[in-house]
Amino acid sequence: MSAARVGVLVFPGSLDDRDMVRSLGLCGADVQTIWHKDARLPESLDGIAVPGGFSYGDYLRCGAMARFSPVMRAVVEFAGSGKPVLGVCNGFQILCEAGLLPGALVRNRDLKYVCQDVRVAVEDPGKLRAELPPGRALVMPVKHGEGAYVPDPDHKPRVAFRYVGGSPNGSTDDIAGVANAAGNVVGLMPHPEHATDPLLGSSDGAAVLRSFLAACVAARTRR
Amino acid sequence: MSDPEVTDQLALEHGLSDHEIALIGEILGRRPTFPELGIFSVMWSEHCSYKSSKRYLQKLPTKGACVVQGPGENAGVIDVGDGNVAVFKIESHNHPSYVEPHGGAATGVGGILRDIFTMGARPLASLDSLRFGPLDDPHQRYLVRGVVAGIGDYGNAFGCATVGGEVTFHPRYRKNVLVNAMNLGIARADQIFLAKAAGPGNPVIYVGSKTGRDGIHGASLLASAEFDDDTDAKRPTVQLGDPFTEKLLLEACLEAMATGAIVGIQDMGAAGLTCSSFEMASRSGTGIEMDLDAVPQRESGMTAYELLLSESQERMLLVAEKGREEEIFAVFRKWDLDAAIVGRVTADGRMRVRWHGRTVVDIPVDPIAANAPVYDRPTAQPADFEERQKLDLAQLPAETDPSGALLQLLASPNLCSREWVYRQYDQLVGSSTVLRPGGDAAVVRIPETERGLALKTDCNPRYCALDPYAGAQHAVAEAARNVAVTGARPLAVTNCLNFGSPERPESMWEFAQATRGMGDACRALGLPITGGNVSFYNETAGEGAIPPTPTIGLVGLLEDVTCAVPAAFRAPGDDVILLGDTRSELGASEYLAVRHGLERGAPPALDLGAELRLQQLLADAAGRRLMRSAHDCSDGGAAIALAECAIRSGVGVDVALPAAGLPPEVALFAESCARAIVSCAPQDGAALLALAREHGVPAVRIGRTGGARIRIAPGVDVSLGEAHDVWARTLPEALG
Repeated sequence: MSAARVGVLVFPGSLDDRDMVRSLGLCGADVQTIWHKDARLPESLDGIAVPGGFSYGDYLRCGAMARFSPVMRAVVEFAGSGKPVLGVCNGFQILCEAGLLPGALVRNRDLKYVCQDVRVAVEDPGKLRAELPPGRALVMPVKHGEGAYVPDPDHKPRVAFRYVGGSPNGSTDDIAGVANAAGNVVGLMPHPEHATDPLLGSSDGAAVLRSFLAACVAARTRR
Repeated sequence: MSDPEVTDQLALEHGLSDHEIALIGEILGRRPTFPELGIFSVMWSEHCSYKSSKRYLQKLPTKGACVVQGPGENAGVIDVGDGNVAVFKIESHNHPSYVEPHGGAATGVGGILRDIFTMGARPLASLDSLRFGPLDDPHQRYLVRGVVAGIGDYGNAFGCATVGGEVTFHPRYRKNVLVNAMNLGIARADQIFLAKAAGPGNPVIYVGSKTGRDGIHGASLLASAEFDDDTDAKRPTVQLGDPFTEKLLLEACLEAMATGAIVGIQDMGAAGLTCSSFEMASRSGTGIEMDLDAVPQRESGMTAYELLLSESQERMLLVAEKGREEEIFAVFRKWDLDAAIVGRVTADGRMRVRWHGRTVVDIPVDPIAANAPVYDRPTAQPADFEERQKLDLAQLPAETDPSGALLQLLASPNLCSREWVYRQYDQLVGSSTVLRPGGDAAVVRIPETERGLALKTDCNPRYCALDPYAGAQHAVAEAARNVAVTGARPLAVTNCLNFGSPERPESMWEFAQATRGMGDACRALGLPITGGNVSFYNETAGEGAIPPTPTIGLVGLLEDVTCAVPAAFRAPGDDVILLGDTRSELGASEYLAVRHGLERGAPPALDLGAELRLQQLLADAAGRRLMRSAHDCSDGGAAIALAECAIRSGVGVDVALPAAGLPPEVALFAESCARAIVSCAPQDGAALLALAREHGVPAVRIGRTGGARIRIAPGVDVSLGEAHDVWARTLPEALG
């Protein structure tokens, strides 16, 4: 079976895009970047990762501008076809703004940016289940100013990851990541792409990325 | 609106001296126009011309095997192997950060980032050296919050990891806080870009943000004069930062550089368009013709004077190969940034500027840029210099409560946990940070290689206040030691020299002493200085000056980054070894300041030979993977170093410090130099002690890690939990 073909979106102000490309590559993916002005996605893409950063400067609400980017219409369609889409940090915020994931992310409880390692427990990561059995604990860093998850009151979220020992940002019910109803779109605040090398603190993030790639390949096989 | 008439009075108000006004008359053979007056005032300001410091800076060592580019460019460049170079520099943004802490600190970060990527390097790591007045002063707390948020907001949104720095509090920074920002980037050795305007006929292209009226005279009036009652009125001279645009500018510049169409490039920082164009032309022996009407403008009705002096951020000036302009424009269009041809390079060595169809500036480049006035200012040793270094240890009451002293020191603002600060910074973007903030030096991996760089900023202002010569030497030695404990070999130095008014002889004397000490220490340790920045006039009428603060930024190299050694203990049951000798000295120490409210005595004796031996031992031991942890003993002495190793790891410690003939407070809290606390697996203890003997470094096994207490004979026995608690809560309680 050939490697999963994954596109990493690049918005003006994307910051973790290079790290996402590198880490997905280390996990075995065939990675390419997709510029925000591209209205059409490359052919035969298996999955899309939306990386962290401050898209368009995030001077408005985080991700609020990025959802209007030409590429996002194509991403919504792509997700609708059941293929995997992973959003990390700002990417999670963008997916919520675009309506691909329920709920929203708001300012951290103490109004300050926070950068630290956190422990999360896997609950229901949708189709990203290959190496993520429920209950598995993972150490990954968070780094964000607007990471407090607020669920949509009419729409109980499918919780993919939950902070263990309290959230660093005031998230409702310590939610760290969610999946959509179909399970192919997953967003989380912790950064798996910054946790793929024990030298840098943790390699637990590789399990998240490999599970994403496994879902990419599985979605292709089903077609 | 017409320009005001240029009179001597107006020139004086621009900060020029009578002598300088006469010199302008000689150079031009006429009175300057108003825009020309503006140019002279910024180009000859202390901030841009280094007129009071130049003769001292010329004596600093700048050569070394690793040096690719020494002082004089936007940043220094050193060879770090594998065909890579590190581009690095530290710079002050002190005055703006006091006037407007968030904006001042943010644009300080923005300015140093541009200095790095102007040279073709991708910024890899930032550090920030911060000095404030006492934490119990509400205004200082406002300044700390603003500065830290400003650094975070800019660096986090730009996407460069902030990996280290320092924060110190001292009453003499109350009216003049210091914000020194350092950045290091990586470039390929054969792809370095310089600030030159070569090739007559080549187009001069302006890229980045539009020009507005912000920051006019930031360099000349704000940074080149002491503060007085009108300081608040200077707020409009502080620039506004936009990290999002800077991120786009970074990507666009690196992409444009890759086209091969760029001849030279310089960021528009202090004194904006003026300084960048003059410096580029001066370095190439050329001239520039410029049309200000072509400059992208954010506001309407801007005068030539305003356009030339604006310090609007996120702008660059570049010279391209004639005929290849479109390649550059295509890149900047992609990133939605302005790019406009604003002039061309000429061969006649003159700066000609047109505005609204008229020539408003026509002056020779070199007499203004390269041959600015240089001063040999009078110096005078302060009257109390000898008195303040007197300290009789016999007069000091014996320490009866060593545990209490340890806890009091751990909770003190200068020794407590800095986590409140650095958790507001993205320490990780770029996936290179191997040792994060909170230890000694930070360690970052050089992308796509096995090597790592250790980075540290350092300066102990109390040492420098008591003896600027010794204090500056200590700053170099301690920065090098901090880098060495990670296992790295110290390579090169950048400096940020923060002082009072050069027009006051005592302050100029401090500058002379400190630069001499820095030069001597760098020579002894084999460290070239590749550049930096001087910030004078850090004083306020009626309040006095800051302590002399020659901040050192030091870079070291680890051949194998997986050998990097953290500061905190790793496991219970490890041997704990003290490297180096403890002397009977307490002068200038944290212990004296915190426990006795005394700020006096001579700084610890410095033995640079011992420092060098210690550095070599540490690099050798790290390379052989003999150490589990290594931490420098400095502020607060061996007891504080031990407590920090334990607190940060959650692993207790039980040791006895060598105390033969020393009173407990000296054994515990003396800040004797050339020392470190290391831990190792028990089976490696003998090898490590033998290696120390080989290197001529005194070494003694003082105990073991483990347990839930910090036990340090003589006299300290506290619970790990209590120590952690007092150490961790000081900044959050004060700052929220």
